Amino acid sequence: MSEKVYLYPVWIRFWHWTNALMCLLLIITGISMQYSDPAYPMIRFDWSVNIHNITGIILALSYIFFLIGNMLTPNGKHYIFRRGILKNIIAQAKYYAFGIFKGENPPFPITVESKFNPLQKLSYIVIMHITIPTVAISGVMLLFPEIIANDFFGSRALHATDIFHVMMGFIVSLFLVVHLYFCTIGHTPISNFKGMFNGYHEKH
Amino acid sequence: MKIRMQFIFAVVFLIVIGESLLVRAQEEATGIDSYTYEQNESCLKCHGHKLYFYYNEGVGHDVKERMNPYFIIDSAEYYASNHKNFTCTDCHSLECDDFPHSGQMRMEPKFACLDCHAGDEAYAKYDFEKIEVEFQKSVHFSRHSEDFTCSMCHNPHTYKINARTNENMAEFILYDNEICLTCHADISKYQLLTTKENPNVLKTHSWLPNQVLHFKKVRCLECHTEVNNDILVSHNILPKEQAVKQCVECHSKDSRLMASLYKYQFTGKRSKIGFSNDAMLEDSYVIGANRNYYLNMISIGLFGLVLIGIFIHALLRIIIKHK
Repeated sequence: MSEKVYLYPVWIRFWHWTNALMCLLLIITGISMQYSDPAYPMIRFDWSVNIHNITGIILALSYIFFLIGNMLTPNGKHYIFRRGILKNIIAQAKYYAFGIFKGENPPFPITVESKFNPLQKLSYIVIMHITIPTVAISGVMLLFPEIIANDFFGSRALHATDIFHVMMGFIVSLFLVVHLYFCTIGHTPISNFKGMFNGYHEKH
Repeated sequence: MKIRMQFIFAVVFLIVIGESLLVRAQEEATGIDSYTYEQNESCLKCHGHKLYFYYNEGVGHDVKERMNPYFIIDSAEYYASNHKNFTCTDCHSLECDDFPHSGQMRMEPKFACLDCHAGDEAYAKYDFEKIEVEFQKSVHFSRHSEDFTCSMCHNPHTYKINARTNENMAEFILYDNEICLTCHADISKYQLLTTKENPNVLKTHSWLPNQVLHFKKVRCLECHTEVNNDILVSHNILPKEQAVKQCVECHSKDSRLMASLYKYQFTGKRSKIGFSNDAMLEDSYVIGANRNYYLNMISIGLFGLVLIGIFIHALLRIIIKHK
């Protein structure tokens, strides 16, 4: 029987799954629009536009919910770099590259005080404090194209904004794949997924 | 006395030469000959204004009247149009010179485009005959037959070639769309040919995402005509049921906009910095049509590397676990 730690309160699980579902729908509809082709239609273009718009707004609202949650609960402390982060990131990377295959224990065990290992912390801070806000802001700008194109930055702004939005979206999709894989590195390959449903993290 | 006469003669001579040079310069600058100006002035002094004057013999003095707004010709627009070198009587009856105009004049038959443009080598490149064939396939002709004339869309007093010459896309899109809206947004002109209510264009296009931007960035023609590469501008206006409603027809790599709106801006399949349909990027950005080859390759490469990395890592984990 493994030791369990309650790490994910209901609001975090609710936010996480909302975020995950919205990101997935946004990636699928985004790819469908970017590579739209009458010969190989993924999703009807106008459906993609509508789904992308609605899920984009929900994602932006869910991000605001996440920020407020982090301000009102201790969860925010997990998204701040501490001293020695670079050294710790290297130690964690070495573990994933070599230690894990030698049967070593993780260098930074998961606790209530420190629920992310240094590499997780780096990737979550980048995703939640840089990628998601910028993809959301550029998305809102694209939601009102006539305003940015005509009132502020000229016709090229639409193009530049969309390229930026697509690049940020691509980073989110890469993160999603890597995140899903690293979630299989737990007590069992599915224990981390179960944890995000029942709130308990199973220790190695 | 003799010297004085010579001086006056020299001054008059210089004035005449100066004025003729001025007229010549004006003609060269505007492309309009002075004869046309002079001839048209007698018509435009009344038809170029909202108010006109005439001497009323009955009351014995000048009378000011309002011009029928449908008979007002904007002289600035006329002299910027393709027909700017025509005198009014080239197309209208010579009886125009008489005032008051006879009642018969109101019923004079009007010229159709092909009355002048058909079979003329000078206009061969415009393929007016093919335009006529295309027009006869259109919903305008099938619903209204001969009653629907070229001038319903192409006002001969204001018409000018736009898409091929105007580098300001927003301007020529607006110009072309206004041609459609003169009937489709104006019930009085619409009902010249029908008794039906004019459908509200904004409501019938409510399904279109980003409606305002679409109306500003593309012409009605893009979705409502059949693309025909044999003529300069497609004239086969389709029934509304056959209009393009599939977004991907424009929002894709082989966008139909390249055969219509960007027909004259076409610069190549892919630009030097990798964007497909790059002609669109001068003024717009069309999702699905403006992809970047290099960004696509980089993203596929990165994604591939990540998947390979994950595959190797997972494989090693499985192998070591089962040792």
